[in-house]
Amino acid sequence: MSMNVKIRHVGGVTVLDLSGRITLGEGSIGLRDAIRDALAAGSKKILLNVGDVNYIDSAGLGELVGAYTSVKNGGGDLKLMNLSKKVKDLLVITKLLTIFDVKENETDAIAAFA
Amino acid sequence: MFDLTGPELHEALTLPSTLSTVEIVEAKATEYAEKAGFDEDTASQISMVSREAAVNAVLHGNKKDPNKQVRATFSLTSKDLTIQVADEGEGFDPTSVPDPLSPEGLLRPSGRGIFLMRAIMDEVNFRKLSPGAEITLVKHRN
Repeated sequence: MSMNVKIRHVGGVTVLDLSGRITLGEGSIGLRDAIRDALAAGSKKILLNVGDVNYIDSAGLGELVGAYTSVKNGGGDLKLMNLSKKVKDLLVITKLLTIFDVKENETDAIAAFA
Repeated sequence: MFDLTGPELHEALTLPSTLSTVEIVEAKATEYAEKAGFDEDTASQISMVSREAAVNAVLHGNKKDPNKQVRATFSLTSKDLTIQVADEGEGFDPTSVPDPLSPEGLLRPSGRGIFLMRAIMDEVNFRKLSPGAEITLVKHRN
C-alpha cells in the first residue's frame, strides 16, 4: 500500500491529509510532489495531517525533512498534526520532533498559523 | 550471539537486487517479529529497520546490479530474533555515515537508516565479506 494525499483548504491553510505508508519509492515521491504542487500554487501555510500514516521509514523521514526545508526556503510555514504513537516515537528517536512544529489537532494547528 | 540450543525457526532467502526484495525482507521480518511475540509497535520497528538493511543492500551495496544477489536470513531462538542481510557490493564503512542528530545532520534528508537500526535493535553488527557487506540485527525476546 502506498501513500495517498488529499488536499483541503481551511482558513488560508493548505491541509494535506496523508494516509498509508511514507516509504522509499512511491510513498516518498508522492509527498514530494504534493509539497511541490502546493508551493507552486502559492501556498505558504501547509499542514501535514499524518494521522492515517501507518508506516514510515528513513526515506519517509527524509521526505518530511525535505518538505520542511522546501516550505521554509519558500518563505512558508509547515506544521504536522495528529501524530500516531508510532510516528511520534520515530520523530523522538531521530530528534526531528525538535525541528517540526507539531499540533495535537486541526483546530490548534490552524490557529497556530499566524 | 546465537542460542547454543539452536534456532527454533530459521530461513535463508536469496533475492534479486530489486525493490521487491525490500518488501519481501520487510514482510518476513514482520512475520518473525510477530512469531517472537513482540508487541505491534516493536514488531513494526523491527520490520522497518530490516527494511532499511535491505534498502542498503539493494541500493548502496549491490546498486541494483541484476548480477548480484541479496541474502537474507531470519533466525528465532528462545532468546533472540536475528536478522541478517548481506549484499555482494563493494563493502560498507558504518563509521562513514554522519551523525543524524548533529545540528547539520538533523536537516539532512538521508542518513538515518543505520542510526535507526542501532536505536531500535539490541545489537547491530557489520561484517565485511569478500565481496560485500553483512548487517546483523538482533532483538532480545525476554
